[in-house]
Amino acid sequence: MNEMQLKFLSRSENEVFARNVVAAFALPLNPTLSELSDVKTAVSEAVTNCIVHGYRNAEGWITVRCVIEGEKLHIEISDGGTGIEDLEKALTPFYTTLPEEERSGMGFTIMQTFMTDFSVRSERGKGTTVTMCKDFGARGSDAQ
Amino acid sequence: MKTQASRRGDSLCIYLSGELDEHSAPTARAEADAIIDENTGCSRAVFNLAGVKFMDSTGIGFLIGRYKKLQKYGMGMYLENPNTDADKILSLSGVYSLIPKI
Repeated sequence: MNEMQLKFLSRSENEVFARNVVAAFALPLNPTLSELSDVKTAVSEAVTNCIVHGYRNAEGWITVRCVIEGEKLHIEISDGGTGIEDLEKALTPFYTTLPEEERSGMGFTIMQTFMTDFSVRSERGKGTTVTMCKDFGARGSDAQ
Repeated sequence: MKTQASRRGDSLCIYLSGELDEHSAPTARAEADAIIDENTGCSRAVFNLAGVKFMDSTGIGFLIGRYKKLQKYGMGMYLENPNTDADKILSLSGVYSLIPKI
């Protein structure tokens, strides 16, 4: 088992930092380029949510915790922000609370699709935590 | 993120390169919109994504935003040369039904 934790401010320039650190941490699992891209995209979506929705562009801390267990990479991304008002709606594809900002409403759908497991818990006024897992041992026949 | 443009007949070609995410989208949006505003005589805009190394759902919002802007000018919008990763996210989100890949 290996583990790492990353804590950074909710600034958009930290997105590229967060997704590349998680990708680098996953390298011992010998991911394909396509799997790495899935992980980077899912991390980027979760961090974007913390910045745009959790903290509404104010400054706060985002924590990324990763655990490698066997061939699985577990990722937990948390903010201490505003929380999600209606989780069921938030998980609906194309639903966004910020349509005027050209938001696609696809963030959670992409995390769900690109990762093996996904869950989210949120408490209003306390924050949101997204938990995801990529199982590199569960490769389909399309693995490159 | 870099935005460049050229004209091909009455097509406006916009070349995007770099990583398209929450951080880079505002600049890409301003640059692409300025290019569109200067070329409203074109009948369509083709966004070339060959140089886009990373894209998340912010990129989808960016593309749909430009599609809506172009629609107001009566211009069509098309996408070309997305890499495999961008293609996956564009297919998943149904962008091609609005903005065809050529």
